[in-house]
Amino acid sequence: MNSFFQLIARHRVLASTLFLAIFPFIMPYEALAINILIFGLFAMGFNLLFGYMGLLSFGHAAFLGIGSYLTGIGIVHYGMPWGAAILVGIIGAAIGGLIMGYLAIRTRGIYFSMVTLALGQIVYYIFYKAESLTGGENGLRGVRVDQFNIFGIPVDFLNPLVKYYIILFFVVIAIWLISRILSSPLGAVMEAIRENEKRAAACGFDVARTKLLVFVLSAAICGLAGSLRALHLSIVPIDSLHYLQSGQAVMMSILGGMGTFFGPFIGAAVMLYLEDVVTTFTKHWMAVVGLVFMFFVLFFPKGIWGTILSKLQIHQDSK
Amino acid sequence: MTGLTFELLCMQLLTGIALGSIYALLALGLCLIFGMLNVVNFAHGAFFMVGAFLGVYFLGITGSFWFSLVLTPLLTGCLGLLTERFLVRPLYGRGLDYPLLLTFGLSYVLIEVIRITFGIEGLPSVTPEGLGGTLNVGIGYFPKYRLFLIAATAVIILGVWFFIQKTRYGLIIKAGAADQEIVKVLGVDIAKVWLLVFALGCAIAGLSGILASPTRSVNPEMGIPILAESFVVTVVGGMGSPVGAVVAGLLVGVVYSMTSLFFPDLAELSIFVLMAVVLLIRPQGLFGKAGAMG
Repeated sequence: MNSFFQLIARHRVLASTLFLAIFPFIMPYEALAINILIFGLFAMGFNLLFGYMGLLSFGHAAFLGIGSYLTGIGIVHYGMPWGAAILVGIIGAAIGGLIMGYLAIRTRGIYFSMVTLALGQIVYYIFYKAESLTGGENGLRGVRVDQFNIFGIPVDFLNPLVKYYIILFFVVIAIWLISRILSSPLGAVMEAIRENEKRAAACGFDVARTKLLVFVLSAAICGLAGSLRALHLSIVPIDSLHYLQSGQAVMMSILGGMGTFFGPFIGAAVMLYLEDVVTTFTKHWMAVVGLVFMFFVLFFPKGIWGTILSKLQIHQDSK
Repeated sequence: MTGLTFELLCMQLLTGIALGSIYALLALGLCLIFGMLNVVNFAHGAFFMVGAFLGVYFLGITGSFWFSLVLTPLLTGCLGLLTERFLVRPLYGRGLDYPLLLTFGLSYVLIEVIRITFGIEGLPSVTPEGLGGTLNVGIGYFPKYRLFLIAATAVIILGVWFFIQKTRYGLIIKAGAADQEIVKVLGVDIAKVWLLVFALGCAIAGLSGILASPTRSVNPEMGIPILAESFVVTVVGGMGSPVGAVVAGLLVGVVYSMTSLFFPDLAELSIFVLMAVVLLIRPQGLFGKAGAMG
């Protein structure tokens, strides 16, 4: 069992790709699988900052929203091809991350969480007020991607399974990128900052620049998640930008296991699946999700995947 | 801009102070809990919302605003007591993030409990008897209730100030915030102090909820935007500074109402921009100490 988990950990990109390739067949329907894919990526991008560098941002909905809106606006108002629109979404989110990160990294600890939350609300109100572009309260409608050709082969984006694999293509690239970042020297500095910021600075690392860089990378990944979500839903709801949406990323990371590679994805899957099941018999799913989340914070702070990993570790040591 | 007069400006200033009173109260509650327990209560907005619901509900049953003004904070205080004892206390020593996350989850639950109990529509807000209508304040007519709001807030803030600065309990609280080890050694049950401070913070949040209820719509989501706004106030004032909380609360209220007079579209944005500017100039906030935000 142990060596199996170690094998997964060693080939984490391959393992997640293989698993996600069969994932839609395990889920009750494809739309849920696509949703988990997108929010898994969102939580992974968020976890880069929170789990690996220890900065708890409550403003990451801004990047999901910027990605969604810019991609949507590109397609709806400027007739962009969808690939270019995704690129615009990612770049926009990265620029947003640069501005927000520049302001937020001036503060530390709990203050950082409050500042990111408030800055995220600025983005919310900007898009809310720019009604002619964003549709305001009603959200942006008509983000349509129907049929297109890849190397001359017609692809039907409206077919859920086809849509799943197209989105998976982008998600896998992002997963590969995240894995590379984490195993690079930058990843090591990130964890050093999480463990002891002062010591990392004393070792000669530029803490502020690292924080800003990771903030931007994390924002860009969340922006990609947002772009893909706009294509998936073909609308952009204004809720995408709300801080409760940022809270979802936090919940997913904690539920799955913050600071672990697969944790956020597992957290997203569990939470969205739970939401899906609970809504079939009560409309008060928020209470259930809230209670489950509180239970994890109190009793399993390492989350599902984190707890499994640490249990295995104990097992290994006792041998 | 036509029709802009000195009177209008003064009225808008007064409106801003009334709005700012609520912000000041909320930030004061947040600040008490943070200063003492190092916990940011993400359920603060939810306690505010619960306070508004309980307030309107008791007002409907008993017909007495004053009665519900006493009962509501007592109940939200008790809720705070339970929260600290059973939910927050097990998380001390596990870092700053966990209590924050727990209270975030709690806010989800509180919102749903209110939705289940009172429905998703919310309650009609009621202006208490005798406080309806307007009063001539020399430069024009101003809603009586808002004047009451300003006065009530002033009384509460002075009360809290008196409690902390002039009583034995306040001394213990201040000492506990400065150095909990020493206070423990001196034989004070610090756990009990934390419990009471958390409850006090929640009671103030509930009280601001009922006080705000006649001026805004009472619905389960009402605490959500106000949490973000109280954070702005806390950031502007400086984390853990009660004076900062009050000054920044009033400032944010005035900035909001002034912007809504000149640029109505930018009103919500203005307070966040204020925060961004303060952060650029003084990352620790107007009254915060450098290094106290870690």
